[in-house]
Amino acid sequence: MAELARDTLREMQLRMLRIRAFDERASKMVKRGHIPGTVHTSIGQEAQVVGATMALGAGDYMSGNHRSHGHPIGKGSPLGPLMAELVGKATGVCKGKGGSLHLADFAVGSLGESGIVGSSIPIANGAALSSKVLNNGKVALAFFGDGAANQGVLYESMNMAGVWDLPMIFLCENNQYALSTPAHTVTSGIISERAAGFGMPGIRVEEGQDVLAVYDAVSKAVARARAGDGPTLVEVMTYRYNEHSEGLRLGTDYRNAEERDAWLKKDPIMLFRHYLASHGFSDDELDGLQATALAEVDAAVAFSDASPYPDLSVAFDDLYTDKESAA
Amino acid sequence: MNTDTDNTEAVTTRTITYRQALNETLRAELEHDEKVFLIGEEIGVFEGSYKITAGLLEDFGPDRVLDAPIAEEGFVGAALGAAMLGMRPVVEIMTINFSLIAIDQIVNHAAKMRSMFAGQVSIPLVIRMPGGGGQQLAATHSQNLEVWYAHIPGLKVVAPSTPADAKALLTAAIRDDDPVIFLENLSLYSAKGEVPDGEQIAEIGKAAVVKTGIDLTIVSYSRGTTTALEVANQLEAEGLSIEVVDLRSLRPLDRDTICASVKKTGHAVVFEDDWLSYGIGAEISATIGEGVFDFLDAPVRRVAAAEVPLPYAKSLERAALPSAADLARVVREVLNLAPATATSNDK
Repeated sequence: MAELARDTLREMQLRMLRIRAFDERASKMVKRGHIPGTVHTSIGQEAQVVGATMALGAGDYMSGNHRSHGHPIGKGSPLGPLMAELVGKATGVCKGKGGSLHLADFAVGSLGESGIVGSSIPIANGAALSSKVLNNGKVALAFFGDGAANQGVLYESMNMAGVWDLPMIFLCENNQYALSTPAHTVTSGIISERAAGFGMPGIRVEEGQDVLAVYDAVSKAVARARAGDGPTLVEVMTYRYNEHSEGLRLGTDYRNAEERDAWLKKDPIMLFRHYLASHGFSDDELDGLQATALAEVDAAVAFSDASPYPDLSVAFDDLYTDKESAA
Repeated sequence: MNTDTDNTEAVTTRTITYRQALNETLRAELEHDEKVFLIGEEIGVFEGSYKITAGLLEDFGPDRVLDAPIAEEGFVGAALGAAMLGMRPVVEIMTINFSLIAIDQIVNHAAKMRSMFAGQVSIPLVIRMPGGGGQQLAATHSQNLEVWYAHIPGLKVVAPSTPADAKALLTAAIRDDDPVIFLENLSLYSAKGEVPDGEQIAEIGKAAVVKTGIDLTIVSYSRGTTTALEVANQLEAEGLSIEVVDLRSLRPLDRDTICASVKKTGHAVVFEDDWLSYGIGAEISATIGEGVFDFLDAPVRRVAAAEVPLPYAKSLERAALPSAADLARVVREVLNLAPATATSNDK
């Protein structure tokens, strides 16, 4: 892999820290009732998210899933409107109508999340189709988990992306559990190897907690897509630290302590801090990144706190492009 | 220009089929806007199962007329994604029955994304599909599921009954910035009618009084309107004056035109091809009850399909579908008239 600019390395760590700090705060806010319902955190999966999103260009597209706070953050969204959306405020990125399951920030190419597992994959495929038809050089990436890897629409989409040579990356975030179901109990074979059936490359990033390993693999897929050579399936092995969703109590330890400890030893933020420390970053600078991320999250919460809830007058806004149709 | 308002200029017309009207409109819109493209199974080389896309692949090429694999969820989702980025896809789903495979993309996504993402995106997506029975295609290939989509805020659902409306509503649907379900009907494809030349754009959400009358209002849409007109004309010969309201759009629903008609006639029958329970007729009936109850001289009645999966055998299929004879009988009942002499068509 080519040497990355110092600023890029710094930005990678900052974005991972932002995701960690954002989701740790969101988790607390759910437990205190400050955020209604629940949220699905990306804590533990930051390398996989940031390695992928930073491999994309600013104008490239992505679609997400239920565990998707990290995706827009990784793509560069400001935190305030994201946090306000989680709380359901009028200043939220979707003006309080989407919530945690439906974040979208078109300004950074985030075409939206869906809580219907697997369903946003064909939408990213359509974005890639538009890029191909308009010949605008943009690529699209669909994030989905090991659970969604068993949805039929993934294979419908891989087939179309393959046969039409779409500039598309299928990014499987394999955190090894679909809610509490271990992937190996419901998944035949290796997910990345399924790519062969569609005549496209399939890459498995075993070191998915290493942001550079993910960045390298996804960058190659992006380059291939942008060159007009078609789609790639990238499977990244990772691990979520928290429960499937915050506040969920399953009453069964489907993930044992040994497994968890082994993954905690490979914490993506810690690993990359060691890497940066051995590549000319001072402890002060690295601590400063951490402080910056925490301060940004504090500011995001303050922004949300100071924001109003939506006025009832907006209830039918944006249902249709013309207001009369909503009558 | 707008067919609904100003028709003072002399417009030349031709008599063409519903199929030809759709085909010519798709061609015109492909020419009008390079962002328009067609996608669906068999629409290119084979020119569509019902030949709606005849000649279009040849003239516009494979980037504008995409033959899709048999993967409704996948290609409807792909069309949706392309629509979100400024393309104007026109999807053909071979029949409405197969749209159930894509319903997640239609209901959970196309209908909701603009609202859920607070106007960050618009969805100029058209999904064309025929419904309807009567061709002995049996239970899974003969359904009228339009009410499923008409129920969903965020979608528009239009259902033209004539070649002229097929043209004007399809043009409107393709130029609309919101997702539009465009309902066709197997038994209408070969129906002929006068179609004005030149650009015709209907206003989505407006019903039409296609026959005026003073004794009773029949409300219908799509194929049903054809039958309603046939029955109205037949009863006219017996001295009854029947008004026929063609809905044209199921969402938005033109409640004003329905209520204005019933206010005048005092009697209403809804003729619908879908099943009775929770159907289009239930919504129309409620609209009339809530809007003009005091003007009603009799309860609103609905003539709909028998509540069974449509059987294959011709005798059973014919009995299950709402017929002209069923409609005529119910109109007489509502008007308190003696039944007509039984005919071979009556049940």
